[in-house]
Amino acid sequence: MMLQVSDLTIARGGIPVLEGVRFTLTQGQALVVRGPNGIGKTTLLRTIAGLQPPISGQIDVPPESLVYAGHADGIKATLTVAENLSFWAQVFGKKDYSQAIEAFKLGSLSTRPAGALSAGQKRRLGLARLLVTGRAIWVLDEPTVSLDTEAVAMFAHAVRAHLATGGMALMATHIDLGLNEAQMLDVGAFKAKPLSNSDFDGAFL
Amino acid sequence: MIALLLRDIRLAMRAGGGFGLGLSFFLIVVVLVPFGVGPQSALLTVIAPGVLWLGALLACLLSLDRILALDWEDGSLDLLATSPVPMEGIVSVKALAHWLTTGLPLVAAAPVLGLLLNLSEAGYKWLIISLFLGTPALSVIGTFGAALTVGLKRGGLLLSLLVLPLYVPTLIFGAEVARRGAEGFDVTTPLLMLAGITCGTIALLPFASAAVLRVNLR
Repeated sequence: MMLQVSDLTIARGGIPVLEGVRFTLTQGQALVVRGPNGIGKTTLLRTIAGLQPPISGQIDVPPESLVYAGHADGIKATLTVAENLSFWAQVFGKKDYSQAIEAFKLGSLSTRPAGALSAGQKRRLGLARLLVTGRAIWVLDEPTVSLDTEAVAMFAHAVRAHLATGGMALMATHIDLGLNEAQMLDVGAFKAKPLSNSDFDGAFL
Repeated sequence: MIALLLRDIRLAMRAGGGFGLGLSFFLIVVVLVPFGVGPQSALLTVIAPGVLWLGALLACLLSLDRILALDWEDGSLDLLATSPVPMEGIVSVKALAHWLTTGLPLVAAAPVLGLLLNLSEAGYKWLIISLFLGTPALSVIGTFGAALTVGLKRGGLLLSLLVLPLYVPTLIFGAEVARRGAEGFDVTTPLLMLAGITCGTIALLPFASAAVLRVNLR
């Protein structure tokens, strides 16, 4: 199982932001995407997750193997922590979410409505969702936003455990996670040259 | 998909979920009509089917922007779109949950409100049947409208303008069934048309909704 991206050109709002992006991710590997604001990290991850089509290039990913976590956690404020996790577990055809609760130390919060959590606790819940999906490839956009150092360590531990079981992780982040084995990809090198855009969407933008 | 349905129903029931929104709007409209029309029970009997249908339709319209906008705001829609559930399934389940929490309570409340409007005795049966057949179409068409406007902030006005013309056939035939039933005429033709519209929208619109949702999530 591997994730292979070759010659990928992606656009945001109809304007190409990155071109010629290529990398390969194999089992047990993590790749950290770096680059300045606005370079297209989020767009790259959303394209790989299948939320938007690329302009050109190939994304080879085994079907039903990828889970995406964006800036928003997708948490329902009126459901409890346990209900939120159990919902996502069921959506991905799983039942057990106790391991996720344990990994992100949510046990004491599990009966609390998610709306009553702090920003960092919400993020921990959002990251715990990754564990209940049972998917091999994690695509994470700024996973450590609003986490304290202890929670970042929790997250790094979860990623390492995931890699150890043959999983893969692709993430965009600015801070050092302490994952020394992770490879770096600076997407600044793939910045697209400005060009006139004449595709179908262009007429509506 | 069952998990999604249960979650949506549970969210609707919890605080701020909007379960009672459509129902209380329906109640208010129908209770106020006799005050506006005045104490003319014969006139009320004549307009009752139309008023009840119109009230139900507007009550349905009121809660449409909640179908997808809330999930879009908190990011669940992105996550659902990358989950194993197909997009067509997501929009179908969303429409079903909307019908169960909005349309079905309206169907159940309609006979009680019919009493307030002096609906003729023969009319109750056909009112319930026509609403039961027609409201699913309102939810499915509404989900299509919600999918079209999902990325827009304050898209409520645009949603209403887009959806209202699509509601017209359902309103015409639904109210016609209720009126003819109340007056004791044969209802076969409008009833078949109403059922046909509902079946057609349920069969076709989820695919359209899923397609526009994919475009809107880009």
